[in-house]
Amino acid sequence: MNKLLGKIARVGIVTETFKPLTDPELDRLGTELKAVIDGRFAGSLAIRQVDAGSCNACELEIAALGNPFYDIERYGVHFVASPRHADVLMVTGPVSRHMQAALQATWEATPEPKWVVAVGSCAADGGEFGVNYASCGAVGNVLPVDAVIPGCPPTPTDLVRGLLSLISR
Amino acid sequence: MTATRTAVKEDGFMVIDRLTASLQSLGTPEFGNEKAQAGAVGPALLCPVIPEDWGVAAEAAAAQGCRWAAGWGEARGESWVVNALLEKSGDYLLLRTVLPPGRTGLPSHTPHFPGAARPERHTRDLLGLKFTGHPDDRRWVRHQAWGEREFPLRPDFPLSGQPPAVTAPDRSYGFASAHGPEVNEIPVGPVHAGIIEPGHFRFLALGETVLNLEERLGYVHKGIEKLAEGRDPEGLARLAGRVSGDTTVGHAWAACQAMECAAGVAPPERALWLRAIFIERERVANHLNDIGAICNDTAFAFGHYQFSRLRELWLRDNLRWFGHRLLMDRIVPGGVAVDLPAEATSAMPGAMAALRSELEELKPILDESTIFQDRVVGAGVLPERIVRELGCLGYVARACGIGRDVRERAPHAPYDRLGVKAVTRSDGDVAARLYVRYEELFASLDIIDQCLQRIEPGPLRTAWRTPPANAEGLGLVEGWRGEIATHVRFDGSGSIVRFFPRDPSVFNWPALEKLILGNIVPDFPLCNKSVNGSYSGHDL
Repeated sequence: MNKLLGKIARVGIVTETFKPLTDPELDRLGTELKAVIDGRFAGSLAIRQVDAGSCNACELEIAALGNPFYDIERYGVHFVASPRHADVLMVTGPVSRHMQAALQATWEATPEPKWVVAVGSCAADGGEFGVNYASCGAVGNVLPVDAVIPGCPPTPTDLVRGLLSLISR
Repeated sequence: MTATRTAVKEDGFMVIDRLTASLQSLGTPEFGNEKAQAGAVGPALLCPVIPEDWGVAAEAAAAQGCRWAAGWGEARGESWVVNALLEKSGDYLLLRTVLPPGRTGLPSHTPHFPGAARPERHTRDLLGLKFTGHPDDRRWVRHQAWGEREFPLRPDFPLSGQPPAVTAPDRSYGFASAHGPEVNEIPVGPVHAGIIEPGHFRFLALGETVLNLEERLGYVHKGIEKLAEGRDPEGLARLAGRVSGDTTVGHAWAACQAMECAAGVAPPERALWLRAIFIERERVANHLNDIGAICNDTAFAFGHYQFSRLRELWLRDNLRWFGHRLLMDRIVPGGVAVDLPAEATSAMPGAMAALRSELEELKPILDESTIFQDRVVGAGVLPERIVRELGCLGYVARACGIGRDVRERAPHAPYDRLGVKAVTRSDGDVAARLYVRYEELFASLDIIDQCLQRIEPGPLRTAWRTPPANAEGLGLVEGWRGEIATHVRFDGSGSIVRFFPRDPSVFNWPALEKLILGNIVPDFPLCNKSVNGSYSGHDL
């Protein structure tokens, strides 16, 4: 236990403000996001992530938003287990045909008002996979999409930026 | 042996006695001679047999203690070429048969190698090949996007297919069921309650205890094998890098190795050292991620915080030095796309020393956490016998005492100069899989150190050379999950006609169905994470 407490004390809190990363605009958006979430979402924006056919690279970077460097929960953003609790569906992958019905059912289970964010190059335009016998291509071919965050995969910073711009408009 | 050496039929196919001699050469000094005599595809000895001998050949291979490492089919004109890759003691044998036009059946290998069950169903669904004597006639990778009598890998099937506007969910798949008021059936997925890939799990539970688990995969099938047809080498390397995004380096390397083997292109020395640095960095990143995630699944938030922090630092270094956090598209046909910057040469040893020291500090904290140990020790025990039957790979096998590691058993350059020793444990539980990976972190850091010391200035890429028509190659690489086996074949214009990447998950997913038995349902996420199969790499 002493080792554990010692490690906690030595490492401290490493959570960064977004200012020093790259984009001074990001910090402004972060503050704005918090304000928007506080105002329009009673302080909490719930996201249901759906992998609709991704290679899993996008999932790794979305999951990284929860690591102590980004700690996106501090802005009031939560990843939830059920679409019934969600304000936003964050969808990755080209939509595989085998996931098409499951994705639509998830969308239908999400209460209005709701937004769909297509994350990653495949979700944006089909990426390396496009439309074929097994792939519906872009998420926009299956669901109405409100925002697109391209990148293969988008970095956590790209994801924060994309989310902020969706929510701030 | 000399008596059988000439026993090749007029049409070029081996008789079984001759094949048995080849099988017996695996793992012996005789193997090199056999390859010189019979021919080879990359590191594998090529053994063509007639279709009637396909089942007998598997029986002979099983009797010799071979591992069934991959199986796939190729449509070539009106004929089909069917392949099974076998391995013993680090030597590989490629068993092959050719089905003449009109013939669609072949004896199944599954009765001799249970691990062949799903790969054969995959081939059946995509190519229409029937495996007689296969114990399971249910579809596997096919759901409802194409018909029972349509086969995407046949030449007459267009890439676009003729899918319905909305593909119906696959409701009629025949899961195993149980009767009786005490048994609960628990369907989970395909959409899971987390930031993870989709798949379906069907539990039969008696109270909290798992009586049976059946996996239903194929949800993220994207047509990768069909999409590869007609690609140029660069395009194939990009596609291979997206077979499983967490293994982008491993799959890109295996695909490039296979293409280079077909084309007779040798990557320059510097590129080989860089590839090893990339794949070991990928191993470290994924091991850190999963150790953190296993801590998370045991509600040990401290561990999750620490290991996800270390992973993030590691990925930022990837971005700073090599231009991509996950190292996508860094490996290209003939070499690598990025060099080792001077900044990395000077800063990487320090960053690795810091990581090593933190790992040494964190290990006793995990060891001494009773709540953590209580969850991981004795959970999800996989018997060694199952590992052998299914041909499990990577840390799943090594945690049961079976030291399968391409880097040790069949080392390609530059591992042939590194002397890697497989890390093993024997308990086969969640803890053993975790601690194998923990020790592999240190081993990978040592390997990267060696690479940095031995890398010399030089070119990064060898000029590509268009291989002759029908040229084929085999790539074998130890990805972080285990052995990746990739086969490619070219047409006469330098484009790909067949790409088959076999992710290690193919043989580790079925192990999860076994190791969960008798555990409680709430321990499933923990057991699942300790195996961490790739859905995308499996479904293709």
